[in-house]
Amino acid sequence: MKTFPIGGIHPSDNKLSAGRAVEEMALPDTVTLPLAQHIGAPAIPRVAKGDRVLAGQLVAEGAGFMSANIHASVSGTVTAVDAIVNAQGLSQKAIVIRREGDEWAEGIDRSDAVVRECDLAPAEIVARIREAGIVGMGGATFPTHVKLAVPPGKRVEYLIINGVECEPYLTSDHRVMLERGEELLVGVAILRKALGVDRAWIGIENNKPDAVARLAELAERHAGIEIVPLRVKYPQGGEKQLIAAVTGREVPPPPALPIDVGAVVCNASTALAVYEAVQKRKPLVERVVTVTGKGLREPKNLRVRLGTPVSALIEAAGGMPEGDVKAINGGPMMGRAVVRPEAPVTKGCSGITILSGADAVRREASACIKCARCVAVCPMGLEPYLLSKRSRRKEWDIAEANDITSCIECGCCQATCPGYLPLLDWIRIGKQTVMGRIRARATANGPKK
Amino acid sequence: METLLITVLTLCSLGVLAALVLFFVARRFRVEEDPRIDEVERMLPGANCGGCGFAGCRGLADALVGRDDIAGLYCPVGGAECMKRVAAYLGKSAPEVEAQTATVRCGGTCAKRPHTNRFDGVRSCAVASALYAGETACAYGCLGYGDCVEVCAFDALRIDPETGLPVVDPERCTACGACVKACPRRIIELRKRWPRERAVYVACMSHDRGAAVMKACKAGCIGCGKCVKVCPFDAIVLENNLAYIDPLRCKLCRKCVNECPTGAIRLVNMEPLPRDPRPTPGEAPVRAPGGEGAAAPDAGKA
Repeated sequence: MKTFPIGGIHPSDNKLSAGRAVEEMALPDTVTLPLAQHIGAPAIPRVAKGDRVLAGQLVAEGAGFMSANIHASVSGTVTAVDAIVNAQGLSQKAIVIRREGDEWAEGIDRSDAVVRECDLAPAEIVARIREAGIVGMGGATFPTHVKLAVPPGKRVEYLIINGVECEPYLTSDHRVMLERGEELLVGVAILRKALGVDRAWIGIENNKPDAVARLAELAERHAGIEIVPLRVKYPQGGEKQLIAAVTGREVPPPPALPIDVGAVVCNASTALAVYEAVQKRKPLVERVVTVTGKGLREPKNLRVRLGTPVSALIEAAGGMPEGDVKAINGGPMMGRAVVRPEAPVTKGCSGITILSGADAVRREASACIKCARCVAVCPMGLEPYLLSKRSRRKEWDIAEANDITSCIECGCCQATCPGYLPLLDWIRIGKQTVMGRIRARATANGPKK
Repeated sequence: METLLITVLTLCSLGVLAALVLFFVARRFRVEEDPRIDEVERMLPGANCGGCGFAGCRGLADALVGRDDIAGLYCPVGGAECMKRVAAYLGKSAPEVEAQTATVRCGGTCAKRPHTNRFDGVRSCAVASALYAGETACAYGCLGYGDCVEVCAFDALRIDPETGLPVVDPERCTACGACVKACPRRIIELRKRWPRERAVYVACMSHDRGAAVMKACKAGCIGCGKCVKVCPFDAIVLENNLAYIDPLRCKLCRKCVNECPTGAIRLVNMEPLPRDPRPTPGEAPVRAPGGEGAAAPDAGKA
């Protein structure tokens, strides 16, 4: 069975909610929609305090190409367009809407009927995707319309759909593939048309045999879509790892992009959102979020309107456990800790993981014994223990020469370290600093783009 | 015996040959360097801290000798004294730079700014600040892991275990600015150094609105602007919900300190003004217009 060639680990799956069908979450009383839920420039608000809005109505417009539209996820009154505190405790601009009923904007088809035919031109498809404010829903939140705009001189050969979900605990993509497989495949066909490619592969890790079987059965009706079961290994859901696993091609170090090896990768939930945007004219206003953790009474998968407070999701799953608790936006490997549970669910939030008890606390670090396990598991072929040291000593030039910017921050090194060293903490700050230096050099040397 | 002789002679001739080669190479490739650079370098403190903007003292010495106008060059460690000596030696005019000292603009002690979560990553301000707001509800205040302490080459900073905040030893601080650069929250500022280490400054960096500040910290600036109104020297500006006292305009009159409702304005090595200001013979003429106005309502209440 296929997988990526170097490194990787196999953490305990803990897919506690895999067998639970997606439930509709009760509508929240207020939603908070941050203007920056994507990579790129924050959206520009198009409503003011006191305005009445309908669900699905545009409330903030993407600022330029590298940005994304934001739509009201409920109907009601805008109570504020102001700074709020996000999940990391930092101030961020957002639109706050108090919900009144559940009225939807005109033209949005909310029925369950599957619309298969699509006779739009590629440019029209991309325009609809852009209009709907779709971004990569696996967590990276890269605007999808930017991904579909292939730069001149580059050629796309493959579309790869990421149904890997290699993060422990998370099951939202899994449930989407199982329950909305048909729509998802139409979404894939639409994406294929937009890119002008014949072939699409859907990579799914083999710990989800039901999803593999279901999509394989459905894919028989779609020519050119192939389901690729993959050997279970983290971080297979990383873009570069998935391309390597499926096509055997290696993406060169930055600034090279997946497009340089002819691949475009989209998350499974994103493909579904594309289907809804293009066929049903429904913007990205809700998504499936896994709320999970061993300390939770009822780990589950919820369809949640964007902007719902994280605390409401935790309540819906049985409430916060007692004692030491770490709430994570995303999975335990790459997710970011939430310090403000009242912060909203955003476009890139695939799960809320609650670690409790001993899992919530890091173990005390000892010294590096040069066992090189981190080197063995690094999927990018880096030397994490050395990069971490360079970063700690602020030796930025050496860190840059040793390709610190190639790090994908998957956390394999830190998870495997027998001394519990905070390798990734240091590498991440080193990567940020080195990237800053590279940018500063670029602006100092050449004219701005 | 003969073997010994051959060995000694061979080695000696080799030595002489090498010496000759070195002699001629040294003459041929000799680098002319101003001997004054060495002399100036000896006058500088030799801390190699980088506070002047050069990699080390040699770099500054080189620039001091090489440039005609040395107004832009300054060694914060040696201070004005040292610069005067160097300037006198070189026959140039010394730059006029006022002495400065590092000031920590955060008053969020453990008692006043309660922890809301626990950070179990690397105990480094840079790492924590790149991840999130920190262990308290204030996203602007000191993180307390001591990146500033670590970079200080003069041992002038330490973290007070009681308050969790860095403390500057003004005797040792040379205002090299290393801590200013190291602080990811830009809390440390180089401010004018008054005689007897006196100081008045706003010990807060929070741009949050008043209500949010009050929730997070009992010693924060809430941006009420009372200090701005009371300042007789227009030294205080209120920008983005935060007051800032311009160190060059402030005359240490201390009126703002009593006005501040949260105690965010710190007073160092000075007695505060009496809370209930009564016009004393010495003070009366100075604050005649404001003093009378302020006294009147009090009198009415009494």
